[in-house]
Amino acid sequence: MQIDRRLISHFDWTLFLLTLTFVCIGVITIYSANYNITEEHAGGLPSRQLMWLGLGLVAMLTAIAFDYHYLDRIAYPFCGLMLFLLVLVLAIGHSGGGSQRWINLGFFRLQPSEPAKLAIVLVMAKYFQDDEPPKGYRLRDIWVPFAVVGPLVVLTLVQPDLGTAIILGVVFLSMILMSGLRLRSFFYLAGTGLALLPIGWHFLKSYQRARILTFLDPDRDPLGAGYHVIQSKIAIGSGRLFGKGYLHGTQNRLDFLPAQHTDFIFAVFSEEWGFVGCLVLLLLYLIMIAYCLRLMERAKDRFGGLLVFGMVAIFFWHVVINVAMVSGMMPVVGVPLPMVSYGGSALASMMFAIGVMINVSMRRYIF
Amino acid sequence: MAVLTDINKQDGAPELRARARLLYGVLIIAFLALTARLTFLQIIQGERYTFLSENNRIRIKRIPGTRGMVFDHQGQLLVDSRPSFDLLFVPEDSEEPENTLRRLAHYLGRDEKELLAILEENKQRPAFDEVILGRDVDWSTVVAVESHQLDLPGITLRTRPRRSYANGAMAAHVLGYMGEIGSKQLKLLKEQGYAVGDEIGQFGLERRWEEVLRGQSGGQQVEVDALGRRVRVLHEVPDVPGYTVNLTLDRELQETAFEALNGKEGTIVALDVQNGAILAMVSTPAFDPNVFARGIKAEEWRGLIQDRLRPLSNRAIQGQYPPGSTFKIIMAIAGLEEGVLQPEARIFDPGYYNFGNRAFRDWKKGGHGYVDLHRAIVESCDVYFYQLGPRIGIDRIAKWARAFGLGEKSGLGLDDERSGLVPDSEWKRKKYRQPWYPGETVSIGIGQGYLTVTPLQLANMMAAIANGGTLYRPRLVAKVESVDGATVREYGPEKIRTIAIKPETLERIRNALADVVKAPGGTGGAARSSLVEIAGKTGTAQVVEMKGAYVKTEQLTYFNRDHAWFVSYAPVENPRIAVVVLVEHGGHGGDAAAPLAKKVIEKYVELQRRPADQRQVRVEGENRAD
Repeated sequence: MQIDRRLISHFDWTLFLLTLTFVCIGVITIYSANYNITEEHAGGLPSRQLMWLGLGLVAMLTAIAFDYHYLDRIAYPFCGLMLFLLVLVLAIGHSGGGSQRWINLGFFRLQPSEPAKLAIVLVMAKYFQDDEPPKGYRLRDIWVPFAVVGPLVVLTLVQPDLGTAIILGVVFLSMILMSGLRLRSFFYLAGTGLALLPIGWHFLKSYQRARILTFLDPDRDPLGAGYHVIQSKIAIGSGRLFGKGYLHGTQNRLDFLPAQHTDFIFAVFSEEWGFVGCLVLLLLYLIMIAYCLRLMERAKDRFGGLLVFGMVAIFFWHVVINVAMVSGMMPVVGVPLPMVSYGGSALASMMFAIGVMINVSMRRYIF
Repeated sequence: MAVLTDINKQDGAPELRARARLLYGVLIIAFLALTARLTFLQIIQGERYTFLSENNRIRIKRIPGTRGMVFDHQGQLLVDSRPSFDLLFVPEDSEEPENTLRRLAHYLGRDEKELLAILEENKQRPAFDEVILGRDVDWSTVVAVESHQLDLPGITLRTRPRRSYANGAMAAHVLGYMGEIGSKQLKLLKEQGYAVGDEIGQFGLERRWEEVLRGQSGGQQVEVDALGRRVRVLHEVPDVPGYTVNLTLDRELQETAFEALNGKEGTIVALDVQNGAILAMVSTPAFDPNVFARGIKAEEWRGLIQDRLRPLSNRAIQGQYPPGSTFKIIMAIAGLEEGVLQPEARIFDPGYYNFGNRAFRDWKKGGHGYVDLHRAIVESCDVYFYQLGPRIGIDRIAKWARAFGLGEKSGLGLDDERSGLVPDSEWKRKKYRQPWYPGETVSIGIGQGYLTVTPLQLANMMAAIANGGTLYRPRLVAKVESVDGATVREYGPEKIRTIAIKPETLERIRNALADVVKAPGGTGGAARSSLVEIAGKTGTAQVVEMKGAYVKTEQLTYFNRDHAWFVSYAPVENPRIAVVVLVEHGGHGGDAAAPLAKKVIEKYVELQRRPADQRQVRVEGENRAD
């Protein structure tokens, strides 16, 4: 392909630098999360996260390099690939922590449920890119997205990975609402969903039920399922205004925190940097999301706008669910903090998403 | 650029733009909610969570002070504290507790069912409480657990100093036992630094000398991780070991006395007549204090306290028995000193004594014939002392009994000592609001009636007679030393009183007591020894009153049989040791008790003759727990 000079001059440095900032915060916090007080180093995870950053940059550049309209063509094949990988995970996947989520590629354990989040956005943006019907979509108009997304959600649920399934669900809902679903149809949908909840409860694993019950009453089992939330709240709360200082978070250092470098990394960060640090981090997310919403508004076409919106929705829901879960506002579901939590698949997927947004941003001037 | 922007606005997605405003609102609200939550946790509740995080990681670990050792007067080890290991399991620290236990069973060669059963038994325990898989486990277990630590998550060893009683039950009642501190005790003693789960002396020396023996607990402030694993020690207060206690007891003499009483219920007390040092004090049946040290099981404890033979009672100081004929010594002294008695005067004993409308019978059918004081003591003539009683009068008898320490606690330094009872007319008036009847004094003459004594009191009485009239306070502890051997406190002889008694009186009594053993017809012939001349007095204390007929001991049910006494000292010239033997339900003192006293005295003589360097000396170092 040829590189248009205008593309380079319109490269979205803001978004790119924000991304690097998040990854830096992530690596620094991962270092702390794995810091071993007696051996005085943090093992290989921080440098591996830097390696994933390299992989992410490749993903990002890939997403930028081609005109985003190519995504229209690959949306369904990509989605098909994700379905295949998720089935593959169940068949030959690598299990850890009680669920089967990874495909071992030798140097890299791929977690297909991460790129699956992207697949949903692509498919939805493709499906809804044409102008809306005057009175909005009815449920019967959108059975195709349901048929495509449904299997993805079910496959992540059975791994089981409740967190990713929820993310897939809320991103899907966000996108159909954004694309112009009739409000009445939305309420039908919501009503049906509520009615199905008890059946869903039946399918939850016992540890997932325990988490939900524990959320409703954290003291129900302070040393069992409630342990994580309580320890995480202690970590955040004891950070107070200015934090305990970098590498001085006792909750983290002494292994009181669960999954401290992945899903609970926000607790590690809060303990060491305090309220002020948290505020800065949240503000950065806020700025990034608001900036991306601006991009959406200024997108050249509806397809680009929906793509950006979908990616923003992914970020938004990740941040909100993760922080709410770690601070005890909602049940513990495994959702990483985007670009900060440790994890190659997640980081590469998020950076691909950023790449897509940069792509849309750059090409808004090109016809 | 302006042109481009315009074009951009014309194209794009107007619906999306319209909805974007709503999105900004949702975004702001969501982030405000998160910020509010963080404000609540970090600012409003920050102090509380800081407190919780401090508590999370700092554990206080108490290290009880190593309890002091106990030695006998020759420096032989009686009680030691050695390190022991308890095998603990915290199932919450293991992902698969059953499998961990199976592996443990494999490493230890133990039955896995047994271990799993222990886990099952403790199902109801609070989370993270440890399950005790084994107390005081052996060394091979310690090695196996240590070397497979990585394979055995949740399995830990806890070091605990454990009391070890070198000779088991031999001196159980003197040394006593340890037990976990009770909740009432804890309330009283909390300020002295006791904590829940602490061991505290509950009986005997361990209890009375608790303060001296216990030492001071040290402690560590330890930073731990979520699994309770120690990360580092933040602060440490070293423990202070307890003092060493040296007893007056002689281990070998104690052993002889213990063996002599084997299979019997009774007690033997041996005193150094010159200073009141207790050389031996045995009470049977005994218990093994090591059972308490390893943690007594409920059924074992129930067995001990419900046992009709009362193994937990120290008969030497807690048993109160009628002195029987041994009291005739006091009667004789009182009669001589009060001028009531002409020692040479003889009375006729037909085998019974009539007083009022009642006949008091002599132990010997047909009586002893004509007897003077000397023969009355040697042959233990009851009638002689029946008639003497009313002539002296109860109050003067009581005065002399008390002068020799009867009826009062000796104060030897053990808890639960009983005083016995020396009745007099005032006592009776107070207690029963009745005058003393002279008929009651008749029974007192042969040591029956209301009169009771403890074996230790009789031993001390014999010591005073042997040493010429000085009553010493019986002592158990000779010296308290610090761990490095420096003397902290020393306990020498302590006179209770010098008894105002004429030397001729004592001389007469002592001659008679010597003849009890050596003269033909003396009741204590069974104590005659080829090694040493022994003086003594037999006694047979009635448990139930026999009216009329003579009944042989064997014909009575066990618990109705008489108690057998023998009180003695030796050698006759320059006495050194006083020995008192009581065999419960043993029948006649001359048969059941005297031979035991002889054994103890002979052992004492043998020990005295053995050169000092042949006796086992104190072994330092090896067994020290630190």
